[in-house]
Amino acid sequence: MSQTRAIAVTGIGLVTPLGFGVADSWAALLAGKSGVRPITRFATDNLKTRFAASVMLPAESGGRFVSAADRLHAYAGMAAEEALAMAGLGGRGGFPGPLVLGMPPIEVELPDRLALLARAETPDYAGLTTAAVQPGLADRTLMMAAPSRLAARFGTRGAPISLTTACATGVTALQVAMEAIRFGEADCVLCISGESSIQTEALIRFSLLQALSTRNDSPETASRPFDATRDGFVMAEGAACLVLESAAHAKARGAKPMGWVLGGGEFADGFHRTRANPDGSTIVTAMQRALDDAGIAPGQVDYINAHGTSTPENDKMESAGIHAVFGATPPPVSSNKSSIGHSISASGAIEAVFSLLTIRDGMLPPTINYTTPDPAITLDVVPNVARAARVQRVLSNSFGFGGQNSCLVLGAEPESGAP
Amino acid sequence: MTAEVWITGIGLVSSLGEGAGPHLAALADPAFPPVLDRDSFAPCTIHPLPALPFEAQMPRRDLRQMETWQRLGVYAAGLALDSAAAKPLAAEIDLMVAAGGGERDVALDQAILTELAAVPEAERPAWLNQRIAGGLRPTLFLAQLPNLLAGSITIVHGVARSSRTLMGMELAGADALRLALSRVAHGGSAMTLVGASLNPSRWDELMTYGTAGLNWQAEWLPVAQRPAPGGICLGGLGCFLLLEEAGHARARGATPFARLAHVGTGMAQRQGQDTATASAAGLLAALRDRLRPGAAVLSAASGAAATAEEAAFLASTGAGPARFTADVLGHGVEASFPAAIALAALQTQAGLAPQTLVSGFGAWRGEALGLVEAV
Repeated sequence: MSQTRAIAVTGIGLVTPLGFGVADSWAALLAGKSGVRPITRFATDNLKTRFAASVMLPAESGGRFVSAADRLHAYAGMAAEEALAMAGLGGRGGFPGPLVLGMPPIEVELPDRLALLARAETPDYAGLTTAAVQPGLADRTLMMAAPSRLAARFGTRGAPISLTTACATGVTALQVAMEAIRFGEADCVLCISGESSIQTEALIRFSLLQALSTRNDSPETASRPFDATRDGFVMAEGAACLVLESAAHAKARGAKPMGWVLGGGEFADGFHRTRANPDGSTIVTAMQRALDDAGIAPGQVDYINAHGTSTPENDKMESAGIHAVFGATPPPVSSNKSSIGHSISASGAIEAVFSLLTIRDGMLPPTINYTTPDPAITLDVVPNVARAARVQRVLSNSFGFGGQNSCLVLGAEPESGAP
Repeated sequence: MTAEVWITGIGLVSSLGEGAGPHLAALADPAFPPVLDRDSFAPCTIHPLPALPFEAQMPRRDLRQMETWQRLGVYAAGLALDSAAAKPLAAEIDLMVAAGGGERDVALDQAILTELAAVPEAERPAWLNQRIAGGLRPTLFLAQLPNLLAGSITIVHGVARSSRTLMGMELAGADALRLALSRVAHGGSAMTLVGASLNPSRWDELMTYGTAGLNWQAEWLPVAQRPAPGGICLGGLGCFLLLEEAGHARARGATPFARLAHVGTGMAQRQGQDTATASAAGLLAALRDRLRPGAAVLSAASGAAATAEEAAFLASTGAGPARFTADVLGHGVEASFPAAIALAALQTQAGLAPQTLVSGFGAWRGEALGLVEAV
């Protein structure tokens, strides 16, 4: 694989339930802390799950309503500010490339609906629709508003792209960004993925899919990927930003990449709308395609950043799929979601950043809350305590509702064997 | 050097019916009377979908798992694959979908609006939690997962090489085409199925566009004749296109409808100097050498305020007079630009236009220009 296929990462930024910023988030992750807490943003009476890994903003103090769209903008904006400062690129609102944004769907949220109802002449949709015209409301209800606001704030070029592929969104955004550079359509891309869906209706929807943990008596231990007693995922929020550049663009401006995206692979699963094929065959293809795209063999992967959601189905399927690709003794595998929960649209990007930090610092983040081994899962999950290891290449997995399966390969250097 | 990209499959469904016949006939008649429903969503007017034989494209068990938006998209995607004779190749086809939010359970929403008045203020949060959690059918109304249209296309038709869903109203449809075109042209995909669908009979959609004041609430008029600030009348629309690398199409004996020569997109903030016209002028610069004087023009203008600006911009390009697709289809939001491209390709195949400039200024933001040519 030629060096020109690898994409340089020159800036990273994070907002996670563990902290605002890369340093705080990474330190807490390595320390084995949990970002999962009881929900305080809205009333949780009568709900089956009453906890999450929320990212609370100062603006929310005193119970003030800040919409999911405004929180998305805040998280994504903070992550991007941090990444751009590190990259030394695109200061003063003039980023010299496009914005690719992974994001959740935006809707007229329950508090806004109730406010419209109070103003409506009739208590029905016709009344709400007529009452809906309010200055500023469109900024937090239109799907196009979030990318438009971020594009204006950072001065990105061209139309911003916003993507959703459920739990694989963060990886899909990176793949689209990578293709823009590989195809020569951009020298650099501001790639941000954010999640801000911890609101009443979204929580209920995932709860009704029976996808969420209900361990309400012990939220901080509820996310327990690969553990035999896992009972579902924990909804989370946050954002990650990666400044991607062509090798030539980074070199020309004297920027030193902190890591590289070596390749990506995907494959869609037609098994079921909200369940993956339990035999793992689809994710095997996605992993193999990512390795092929990166031009490496399975034996060259030093660590796997798992999708590892803590649902009974995913973790078993992922384990089987990893064994199918890597054989009897795969490299160590851990799930960041044990600490930060599952930040659906952002998780693939947050985990890509953590993968790059794993490479940079030679530290494998632990899978916390691992107390009861599952006989069906025979992986080295880096249980509970971070581990030092030399890591040159990481495979990062993201598998989502709707049959979305996307994998990334990240590396310390562009492939050295390249021509 | 990039490869030539052909449109080898088209699936198009609207209030007019499906396929080339009714759509080309409507476009050819400047006084064509659109199919309208003025009453069901008053004061908004919509262009409703006809009854469609969904079961011709999907098994009943899948049909039951989907609301209209998904059924329509899966149906149009199936028509596109059939027209390209590409269903047997589905596993090697990439998928690019433009989606709005997934559908909500509007009946439940309505019941809550009615019942809430009797619930004391202090009890409302707990009552709402119980009512929503108890009333929502879990597997059907997945507003959180707009990518399930793509997921359903994979389940029903087996399109699986990759699956990406874009959001962002009209621009999502145009950018889905732009990214798909780029990927095929650069060898990243041999075949990409790209498109969107819109169910207009949705109060939740109307309310969302209402927040931006985008709904046209007076008597229906052609989009360019609506007095400022204008407004949109949603139209039922399902449109998918199969984009295929020309060599790949030749090798398997597929016949092109047309060549997709270009798609460009931009997003002005529509404030001060940063106008939609300036954005579109930038996009036009990429087409200057290619656009022929008098080229046919199809505009996917929504009917909202930017429509007047779009009309003026098109008049300045030297291309022919614009035909506004929303006058016959209504506004299909995410599906509107893909549908205009599809109509251009159908006109091309029918020998009506060797070259068509396709434009679309989004109702709120987003500008797109495309060029469709005879092969």
